[in-house]
Amino acid sequence: MAASATPEAELVTVVEPERRLTLPSLREVWEYRDLLAMLVRRDVSVRYKQTAVGALWAVLQPVALATVFSVFLGALADVPSRSGVPYAIYAYSGMIMWLAFSKAMQACADSTVASADLLSKVWFPRLVIPLAAVLPPLVDFAVGFAVLLVALPISGVGIEPTIVLVPLAALLATAVALAGGLWFAAWHVRYRDVQHLVPFLLLVGLFVTPIVYPFSLVPEYAQAFYALNPMVGVLELYRWMLFGDLAAPWYAVLVPFVVSAVALTGGALYFRAAERTFADVI
Amino acid sequence: MAERDLAIDVENVAKRYRLGTGAGTLAERLGDALRLRLRRPPGEEFWALRDVSMHVLRGEVVGVIGQNGAGKSTLLKLLSHITLPTEGRITLRGRVGSLLEVGTGFHPELTGRENVFLNGSILGMRRHEIAERFDEIVEFSGIERFIDTPVKRYSSGMYVRLAFAVAAHLDPEILLVDEVLAVGDIDFQRKCLGRLQSVAGGGRTVVFVSHNLSAVKQLCNRAYLLESGRVIAEGSSDTVVARYLQSAGAVQHAGVATVGEGVERLGGEDARLLRVSLLDAAGDPSDRLHLGERFTVAVELDVRREFPDTVVELGFTAADGMRVASAFTSDGGAGVLALAPGRHEIRAAVDAALLPGEFTLDVGLHRLTGATLDMVNGVLAFTVLRSSQDGGDVYPWGQVRGSVRPRTVWTVGEPSAVVPE
Repeated sequence: MAASATPEAELVTVVEPERRLTLPSLREVWEYRDLLAMLVRRDVSVRYKQTAVGALWAVLQPVALATVFSVFLGALADVPSRSGVPYAIYAYSGMIMWLAFSKAMQACADSTVASADLLSKVWFPRLVIPLAAVLPPLVDFAVGFAVLLVALPISGVGIEPTIVLVPLAALLATAVALAGGLWFAAWHVRYRDVQHLVPFLLLVGLFVTPIVYPFSLVPEYAQAFYALNPMVGVLELYRWMLFGDLAAPWYAVLVPFVVSAVALTGGALYFRAAERTFADVI
Repeated sequence: MAERDLAIDVENVAKRYRLGTGAGTLAERLGDALRLRLRRPPGEEFWALRDVSMHVLRGEVVGVIGQNGAGKSTLLKLLSHITLPTEGRITLRGRVGSLLEVGTGFHPELTGRENVFLNGSILGMRRHEIAERFDEIVEFSGIERFIDTPVKRYSSGMYVRLAFAVAAHLDPEILLVDEVLAVGDIDFQRKCLGRLQSVAGGGRTVVFVSHNLSAVKQLCNRAYLLESGRVIAEGSSDTVVARYLQSAGAVQHAGVATVGEGVERLGGEDARLLRVSLLDAAGDPSDRLHLGERFTVAVELDVRREFPDTVVELGFTAADGMRVASAFTSDGGAGVLALAPGRHEIRAAVDAALLPGEFTLDVGLHRLTGATLDMVNGVLAFTVLRSSQDGGDVYPWGQVRGSVRPRTVWTVGEPSAVVPE
């Protein structure tokens, strides 16, 4: 599909076979920004409709998980936290970020199949679908983070000025989720294997990312390899913003930027090529 | 004809589907990929459209008709760029809006109001455009009172009304319409047709794909007839509809079945069924009936010998293969028919009280002795819709249990007899 305006500002659309590798048109996505906003709003408002505690779920889940890890890892297995930060706070802070990331990645991977109805009946820039899927978990993160802001001073941890940067860390996590999710979203149309693969990868990710244990627990010889997981860098950057010192080597923090830039571009190219046949195979 | 006057220019478009490939597991796909390297082409190919060209002027209202599987939906999908052609190109001048299926993207948990905005933006409207037309949309739908109720509590009729209202207020230069008029009650259908007519009259270009031949005739100046993925006729809609109705073969065209050679029939050469038509309450051939709608079955037959004692049989078979109702001339007013050699048309006005669902019609000509002169099972297929013509009677349950709804008069006893105070 290509659209261009003639001198009279009339839209001319040409539908013809496409074989070249191209990036999705961001101008088209921009023209459909209202749709993007509506889809995000739909997901946010539908998520907690007809639930008893509503948006409280955004807090209950990380609190419950952080409690479980505090008991089993923090207390029973004696896993350390950062110096001066109670284990429960450390685990909770990691959990809200990880849950937001994993929800974003999962929703993005499932987005195309979940919107099969739309994809096979209406045209709009396809990229809107995975984009709309990664954004709603940011709302959950914001709610969870608000609770953290209250919990930090109560538990005796000071609030660092760098904390104002935390939204950027959440955006970076979203970018990583989109970078991976785009590939999965495109694959999912053809291979339903994705629905089994992504939850499994995310479960593994929970253990190979410093969420409920500190980076320092990883032996030095393995750190470079460990840091290849882009979420390691995201979590360490985020912890630096929260607690004021960087516990991981600088290169670990660079990884998510490089990975998301490369994988996003590749994912966008791949998604654009795959979307041509979405309606035919979904 | 200057190129600029063309709103839609379809040039030699073809669309190929590969059968047997596509969605599957990764393992199957890897297997396919390996085989693909060794020998191609893999799998079976199916050309949904072949060498289709179509030129639609600005402001023209063009119909596309054809049997199921002729390629109409594929053509619409290409025109709305949901999918891309394998060959050829389509040029569209102007903003395109499509009513491929009303209510796409409606979310059951959201209210009518929220869904108007969601659906409108899915159809390509900007938020402020929807806000400007919101009152008009709600008024058109006629469900003002329920606009803040989640649509999961709507009846299917209300749902369709709201969905069509949104789509009908899209303001594109080119409007693609598919079958939306098959839904809703007759008043609402009339309203939709009226809306389409005013859209068409407003200088907009409309491509209308439908089984509703009378609507095509009424709305369109020109029509295309598709068969097996090719355009086989093009011209004034009256001519093309007529051509469609008389197409040769034993195939069914929306309520009319011509019994040609090669049709599986029982019986000999002394008498033959020629044509069977299902006419709706308005007397038009149709393969869709409303709930409770009385219809007429017209049977044309050719008799080669004189028969003093014939009986015509109509049978209705549900989708599960069960014959659910039967009627014979011998149990109606006509009694036993004495047929002279020649062509005859026999009409039966039927009040079958069928429940919504898919049915096939069996037609037979027998003698009182029990001998079958001719019989074709499943000569026609038709659908009974979920609402009556005036919308006053709607089948409300999700699942349809049974095939026949006996006309029933209910009486309810005194309240005290049911619940003691």
